[in-house]
Amino acid sequence: MDLKLKIWRQANTDSKGSLKDYQVKNVSADSSFLEMMDQLNEELIDKGDDPVAFDHDCREGICGMCSMHINGEPHGPESGTTTCQLHMRKFKDGDTIYVEPFRAKAFPVLKDLAVDRAALDRVIQAGGFVSVNTSGNTIDANAIPVPKADADAAFNAATCIGCGGCVAACPNASAMLFVSAKVSQLSLLPQGKVEAKERVTSMVNQMDLEGFGNCSNVGACAEECPVGISLENIARMNREYLSASLTSSK
Amino acid sequence: MKLDSRIPEGPLEKKWQNHKANIRLVNPANKRNIDVIIIGTGLAGSSAAASLAEMGYNVKAFCFQDSPRRAHSIAAQGGINAAKNYQNDGDSVYRLFYDTIKGGDYRSREANVYRLAEVSANIIDQAVAQGVPFAREYGGTLDNRSFGGVQVSRTFYAKGQTGQQLLLGAYSALSRQISKGKVKLYNRHEMLDVVTVDGKARGIIAKNLVTGKVERFGAHAVVIASGGYGNVFYLSTNAMGSNGSAAWKAHKKGAAFSNPCFTQIHPTCIPVSGSHQSKLTLMSESLRNDGRIWVPKDLKDAEAIREGKLKATDLPEEKRDYYLERRYPSFGNLVPRDVASRAAKERCDEGFGVNKTGEAVYLDFAAAIERYGKTEANIQGIDNPTKEQVKELGTKVVEAKYGNLFAMYEKIVDDNPYQTPMMIYPAVHYTMGGLWVDYNLMTNVPGLFALGEANFSDHGANRLGASALMQGLADGYFVIPYTIGDYLSEEIRTGAIDTNHEAFATAEAEVNETIDKLLTKTTKKHSVDHYHRALGKIMWDKCGMARNAQGLQEAIKDIRALRAEFWESVNVPGSKNEMNPELDKAMRVADFMELGELMCQDALTREESCGGHFREEFQTEEGEALRRDEEFAFVSSWQYTGNPSEAELIKEDLIFENVELKTRSYK
Repeated sequence: MDLKLKIWRQANTDSKGSLKDYQVKNVSADSSFLEMMDQLNEELIDKGDDPVAFDHDCREGICGMCSMHINGEPHGPESGTTTCQLHMRKFKDGDTIYVEPFRAKAFPVLKDLAVDRAALDRVIQAGGFVSVNTSGNTIDANAIPVPKADADAAFNAATCIGCGGCVAACPNASAMLFVSAKVSQLSLLPQGKVEAKERVTSMVNQMDLEGFGNCSNVGACAEECPVGISLENIARMNREYLSASLTSSK
Repeated sequence: MKLDSRIPEGPLEKKWQNHKANIRLVNPANKRNIDVIIIGTGLAGSSAAASLAEMGYNVKAFCFQDSPRRAHSIAAQGGINAAKNYQNDGDSVYRLFYDTIKGGDYRSREANVYRLAEVSANIIDQAVAQGVPFAREYGGTLDNRSFGGVQVSRTFYAKGQTGQQLLLGAYSALSRQISKGKVKLYNRHEMLDVVTVDGKARGIIAKNLVTGKVERFGAHAVVIASGGYGNVFYLSTNAMGSNGSAAWKAHKKGAAFSNPCFTQIHPTCIPVSGSHQSKLTLMSESLRNDGRIWVPKDLKDAEAIREGKLKATDLPEEKRDYYLERRYPSFGNLVPRDVASRAAKERCDEGFGVNKTGEAVYLDFAAAIERYGKTEANIQGIDNPTKEQVKELGTKVVEAKYGNLFAMYEKIVDDNPYQTPMMIYPAVHYTMGGLWVDYNLMTNVPGLFALGEANFSDHGANRLGASALMQGLADGYFVIPYTIGDYLSEEIRTGAIDTNHEAFATAEAEVNETIDKLLTKTTKKHSVDHYHRALGKIMWDKCGMARNAQGLQEAIKDIRALRAEFWESVNVPGSKNEMNPELDKAMRVADFMELGELMCQDALTREESCGGHFREEFQTEEGEALRRDEEFAFVSSWQYTGNPSEAELIKEDLIFENVELKTRSYK
């Protein structure tokens, strides 16, 4: 198939960017969106032009490194799919496709379609862990039984791939879905309950510091999430946060 | 030169305990003044960084991705082995040790493998304490499943995302230390050289991948946990950025590289669909529990299928060749990875392949659907169910077991595997070879360590399923925290490392020179990918699933010629003072072109077939691998001398005191 592309080009964080027109021909319907971008880049390189910078790594939908706003949606039009798993058969011959970086104040553009998502790492650093050292003397893994339902719910929250698609989808550029997934996972497990109050307070504070917006219950985040993280997590985090702010000893 | 593996004295089951009891320590006040650099933030790197920081060392952690959580450990699907014996099925440390040694086709060290089995149980305790949500039973205890090549259920898992959950556990431990200031994270940084001063590793040269700036970093020890080098084949199940550069640069600075030719080709991957393909996707080994592998019996049928004139489902049972069941009646579709891969290649080479390119075989669930459907009908009390009913009920059972994998397959291939058989073909997945390390996981360069897939130590010539996660975390959480002290106890008087030392200046200048050389060419012919694809083709054709002396000799010549052409006319756009992914890729491919040559040399020298290494000249009359223990029960370690394949070979004899060497048979 032949495609027209309108791609955001920006030399670096400080420069101004704009949409540029490209054409790419004879794209295989079996190739992934990123393989189509590879094809474009190889043509640009052969012509002596500057290839388009974009983030990607595992290309099997799990590392969370690929991003891109495609036709106005993070990770493109197919639901439950990362950009690397989006295949060109979902588009039609002759289509014009808009490709932009994730847009959020907390995600500055580094170059073209690559953005800096280190803010998400800093939110995890603020408390997204259980404070246990490596010692080889932790208690036996079966010493504390965990109800299957809790373990499964914790797992479902823990499958977040940290891509930031939720932030890009949100009109407020809020990171509530991302933060609540980690808060949920750990608050559902006995191992995480000990520090639950400090955790939710400091992670939410860090989220605000990074410049993410607040949640106004739009729900676009969960709609666009490539791995189906549920809005329930936001509700659980709000409950945890309220409870922590009312009962915290600090 | 001689390599001293420093295996502790004493009986096998006491070695690690004795070693820990006698190892030198660094006191807490001194740890504060010691810096450690860790390259890579996968399971091995993250767990090591977190553990060393907890102990009090100052850690600098490097990853080329935007976040440590992206490391490719995240993509591991199946599970992690541990000798917990929760299922009361007779598992033990010894049994896990034995299975791993045997699975590796007797080409790994007894002492290292025993230690791995010994600490495996601790890993599960540690991960659970960190909040890793493993699968559980209704009673609240941990669930297990079984995996290829063993007779017990010792694999812990979190659906098909075990690697993700374990990596996020290690990442959270790392994040905690970053927040305390004990780890300084350098994301989007790539190590481009190791710096040695007076023979000791003293730091690295790394490139900031956002600004392009080349920078110096000093430390008292450098730990390489940068994963494997499967991308030398261009197409593999590795992530796009996975590379062998850190290990290769260490090799060029004096570290011996062991068993580079031992690569694991995984039998169940989605076949190549065209020249646009950038990577290959694994379908979990667990599918072979229920799927039957076959190709048509007649060449004519295979041809008709390839041309689209015949459908797989149209072919009656008697015209199908279930070749694994035919060749290996006792193990059938569940033979180990190396055996299954070679058998698929053999059929496709003979012309029985079933996709357009002739490089695919069927993995068929129709029999499983029927079997489950009948059982389910019985359970539901349906007498004489119709064929459709059986199919519907069976499909539901298969969906519950493998739903996410089937969905992934359908997304990539656009074909419904419940209706028509899956097509699969082997693909490069893991590299058993890597930097030589002693029992302390230190390379022969003092102060330079290697962990996880980057070292060679635990998997011999073939890795068993669910053992990679185990090794990465064992090395990072439970081995290096002890063993690094043995070296660093001598460094307490060294003081801060001076990065103004001329060794740093020289290394930095060399890196800059390489970058300039790549960017300034009078003739720019082809993109980096063009050369990478060409290298991959040479490696896959001549150093892939089956190798022979003539092919390997040709490959070495071809790679040299390709490398010369690359350096003369590779087209790298852009400049060095900006984010330039093409330049980063070019540097990785440049290293692959040298490493590939050494792999061929290693494969050429090893005149036997063992594990993932199959030399066509050394096979039994029935076409099975012929191991030659008398002549080749050793580790091949290569010392760089200036040309990749002219490295000096150092042999470390493998001594087996606790297991008897047997021929693996799956007939």
